Amino acid sequence: MTDSELYGVVAEFTTPDGLVIACKKAHAAGYRRMDAYTPYPLEEAADAIGFEKTRVPLLTLIGGILGGLSGFLMQYWIHVWAFPLNVGGRPLNSWPSFIVITFEMTILFAGITAVVGMLTLNGLPQPYHPIFNHPRFSAASRDRFFLCIEAADPKFDRAETTRFLQATDAIDVAEVAD
Amino acid sequence: MEQVPESKASTTLERLLPGQVPVLTPGHTLETVTDKIVSIVLRRPVTLGWLGGFALFFGLMNLLLFAAAYLFYRGVGIWGINIPVGWGFAIINFVWWIGIGHAGTLISAILLLLKQGWRNSINRFAEAMTLFAVACAGMFPILHTGRPWLAYWLFPYPNTMGVWPQFRSPLLWDVFAVSTYATISALFWFIGLIPDLATFRDTATNPVAKTIYGLLAMGWRGSARHWKRYESAYLLLAGLATPLVLSVHTVVSFDFAISILPGWHTTVFPPYFVAGAIYSGFAMVLVLAIPIRRFYGVQDMITLRHLDNAAKIMLGTGLIVAYGYTMEAFYAYYSGNTYEWFMFKNRLLGPMAWAYWCLILFNILIPQVLWIRKVRLNPAMLFSASVVILLGMWLERFVIIVTSLYRDFLPSSWGSYVATRWDYAVFIGTVGLFLSAMFLFIRLMPMITIFEMRMLLPQAKVSEEVAAHD
Repeated sequence: MTDSELYGVVAEFTTPDGLVIACKKAHAAGYRRMDAYTPYPLEEAADAIGFEKTRVPLLTLIGGILGGLSGFLMQYWIHVWAFPLNVGGRPLNSWPSFIVITFEMTILFAGITAVVGMLTLNGLPQPYHPIFNHPRFSAASRDRFFLCIEAADPKFDRAETTRFLQATDAIDVAEVAD
Repeated sequence: MEQVPESKASTTLERLLPGQVPVLTPGHTLETVTDKIVSIVLRRPVTLGWLGGFALFFGLMNLLLFAAAYLFYRGVGIWGINIPVGWGFAIINFVWWIGIGHAGTLISAILLLLKQGWRNSINRFAEAMTLFAVACAGMFPILHTGRPWLAYWLFPYPNTMGVWPQFRSPLLWDVFAVSTYATISALFWFIGLIPDLATFRDTATNPVAKTIYGLLAMGWRGSARHWKRYESAYLLLAGLATPLVLSVHTVVSFDFAISILPGWHTTVFPPYFVAGAIYSGFAMVLVLAIPIRRFYGVQDMITLRHLDNAAKIMLGTGLIVAYGYTMEAFYAYYSGNTYEWFMFKNRLLGPMAWAYWCLILFNILIPQVLWIRKVRLNPAMLFSASVVILLGMWLERFVIIVTSLYRDFLPSSWGSYVATRWDYAVFIGTVGLFLSAMFLFIRLMPMITIFEMRMLLPQAKVSEEVAAHD
């Protein structure tokens, strides 16, 4: 494997503690282009590699506001402009009866935005990713924890980074092709 | 297998009272939890019991197809509905099914926000139950329209007729509430499945299964960045689903409460409908969970603790329902309205009184056995109580719909209501659809959320020294 074909160096851990300590060390050593892979959500790992904020809540809020507005304005437009019907002398803009659908549309848009936003920010669906070239990566969805320092990191050095990861609690350190 | 000391295992879950059963039997590791759930789908052969059950319910589902086909051919006249009882079985079944769905959302969303760790092993199949129940429910109003092929007229879309739906009508609110509920429930369920589908992709040996699970997992790789956004989106969805689930049955109750019909026009309807929905939903959760944990040997993951908690929720919501019945009686008396009071006396003593008294027996009197701890910890007795509650909640909607409609203001317009065999065929058919879908789900998808079970393990936590250290 030449340097240009290298995606990164991957260390394998058996415990969440081992992974989080290694993540913190790597971050302190100045590595930034790295990712941890865990079989269940491990917030400490995300914090340790310096990923602390997501934009999912903001997107969801925007989706919800747009949903609420479009829900109300749709009803307003239909009943006041497009198809005005006098029902028992009630005002055309009978806003209290529009509340339920406004609420439902808020939830619908916010929910869809949360899901689509999360998938889009995560870059999913993604048919190919080099990390799967690691021979034992299937354990990442099972009982093992992985830390990958990517070759794209400015501080990355093939031999140096490998040595750095070997000094952690990792049970195995391997190179992964791009 | 690494043994976990019992005391350590239980303190990480939550503090246990003496004699309480833990949520997850101690002794599990990341590996055993994964293997146990995955092997139900990927390694366990198809058994005769499963085939027999599926064949039976699939047959009932075909009864639904047959009954619906005949309905399309002949029209709603084959049902027992008439004037004055225009709603009949279709709306009874609609409200019953949608109510059952509510427990799934309660377990997956509300109990998540309340940090109830015990929900983790029952939320997945409860969510599936919600989806299938909503599918059954949604069918009824459409079949009931008489011209189901024109059901899309309910949605606002620009059309050559130049007309738009009437948004002041609760029936239209229902269209939006139920379709939003179905969409959000499906998203919630699917999002929850993605990491487990990745586990299936990585474990499956059959190339076809591997490809299908792989496509559905969308390339999930468990990256810490992905998990962070995932948890954020999941929590937000839970926060959105919580008011949604309360609103859906409220809107269903508006279909009744907003009209001026005696027996429907009461302000207690929204809260008591929501409580009734959760009541019947938990009964259905138990009716499904008790056989599942037995036949698939997952008693260590769906423990007696879950059954106990679910029974307590049933007891609580059942008492709210009892309060609703009492208030209905009180309103009828205290309103001083002749028609309200007549309707109520007619409900208690009229020709349909049997339905009312069966309802009181099934929904209020018999479920009081749940006060007894021995009953709550006895799966067979709990199963029977749940079936009784499901029947009771069906009767509740029968009483609300039929006994309010069949004798209204003018004695000259009084009528009666008798369901026909086609009414029963459609209803039993949806039970078949629901259960055959559940049978397929158990065989094809992880019925217990694997990654959330991993989180229940004591060794899954980062130790405090490591978390604090910078």
